[in-house]
Amino acid sequence: MLDYYWTVMKTAVMTQFQYRTANYFYMVGMVAEPVIYLVVWSMIAAAQGGSVGGYTPGALAAYYIVWTLVRNMNIVFTPYGWEWRIQHGELSAALLRPVHPLHFDIAYFAGWKLVVIILWLPLAAALSLIFRPELSPSWQGAITFALAIWGAYLIRTMLLWALGMITFWTTRVSALYELFFAAELLLSGRLVPMSLLPDWAQRLSSYLPFQWTFGFPIEALVGQLSPAQLLAGLGMQLLWIAVGGAAVALIWQRGVRAFTAVGN
Amino acid sequence: MSLLRLAYHFFRVGAMNELQYRANFFVQLLQSAVALAVGLIGLGLVFSHTSALAGWSQPELLAVMGVHILMGGVIQAIIQPNMMRLMQDVQQGTLDFALTKPEDAQVLISVREIRIWQLVNVLIGAAVLGVAIVQIGDRVGLGEGLIFGVALLLGGLMIYSFWLMLTSVSFWVVRVNEMVNLFEGVYAAGRWPVGIYPGWLQGLLTFIVPVAFAITVPAEALTGRLSGLTLGLAAAVALGLLLLARLVWQVGLRQYSGASA
Repeated sequence: MLDYYWTVMKTAVMTQFQYRTANYFYMVGMVAEPVIYLVVWSMIAAAQGGSVGGYTPGALAAYYIVWTLVRNMNIVFTPYGWEWRIQHGELSAALLRPVHPLHFDIAYFAGWKLVVIILWLPLAAALSLIFRPELSPSWQGAITFALAIWGAYLIRTMLLWALGMITFWTTRVSALYELFFAAELLLSGRLVPMSLLPDWAQRLSSYLPFQWTFGFPIEALVGQLSPAQLLAGLGMQLLWIAVGGAAVALIWQRGVRAFTAVGN
Repeated sequence: MSLLRLAYHFFRVGAMNELQYRANFFVQLLQSAVALAVGLIGLGLVFSHTSALAGWSQPELLAVMGVHILMGGVIQAIIQPNMMRLMQDVQQGTLDFALTKPEDAQVLISVREIRIWQLVNVLIGAAVLGVAIVQIGDRVGLGEGLIFGVALLLGGLMIYSFWLMLTSVSFWVVRVNEMVNLFEGVYAAGRWPVGIYPGWLQGLLTFIVPVAFAITVPAEALTGRLSGLTLGLAAAVALGLLLLARLVWQVGLRQYSGASA
């Protein structure tokens, strides 16, 4: 199994390095979103006497620059892609292999992430020169961050797989996906750091997986979380990976029975 | 005149085509509603922590958001589909079909496509604007409304010119699809008045990608902030961009070698 992961990841790295310019354009286009949030909230922090929700403009800069890496780690196989997979007979081919197709996705996108992380470094350097982030992570925070970005990646892989597999039964799913992505945007720490949300929204999101895929990894590096909070966060990530994995296993088992092969 | 007639005919055919897929209307409606809700929540969050952003009050920023949605609808319904089609035609050599027709080619490639369901966003943007105007109160009169209309038209022309130039790049570099992503990212910046951004970014949003003229300036007109000088500048830049786009298009067209039919 390790051998399988190694080979698929190596293939992904080589393929994606070929498309480095396209990858770069994509990443640069993605920078606009956090820069907008950063400018708006820095301005509010300055107007409020230096900080908003515990974030100074420097801390906000750090938050939204680390954001760009976490956002990239959050990109996994899209649920919209399942329709294509089924229509084009890709799934039929994957079913013939002795390995569960989930492993291919995890390994392939993980390999891609390695390329993305390398491409991200100069981008982060440029953003840091422009926006002057204030960042003083503890070593525990840094280690947690290094683990948590992969935890975030796994949680999101499981969630979007579970969501995407609904395509086995119906293709009219765009409404559901739109609502899912909107809830995620608002409650994950992507739009604003969690501490800027109203109390009821923070309480609501503690029952949801979203903040563990976005806000938590960033705060592990940028925020001043205690070692206990860092460990608890990683624990919550493990919990959500397990929940997501169970959901994927369950839906997959039923979904494959509902699946009728298309293609060659 | 013949331009309008031509546009009308293409609009009619495009509309009839899309009317076959009525379910798409509801998909679009839902997408727009979700986007609107997210925008309103974002605005609410900002104003739960402050009472004004760079001198703009909440209803005034609501007006900016309305213009952003409205202009976004126009871009998605008319400008972008035509330019994507042009890009594709250059890649595949099928631009021949447009060039051999007895009308001005630039006019023809600018009116061929229409996505009528995207016009939902124009309506939603107008509704948001309406609510904002009611909230702002009697500072908005007929004069402001008139100037707003002019500024909006100028902004639309500038966005069109910018897109045409961007697309004309495909005469030299065939693959420009990634630039579309880039444009969407930059356009999202227009969600807020450009005055809040750092100087270099303001420059970029004003003179490289004319988002400032397309969204902030009309919103300024509506909220009574616009000076005659800025409006004059907008008119001059719009004219300049239109001429420049025409030039770039014509020079680019000479690079086009067509399908080897």
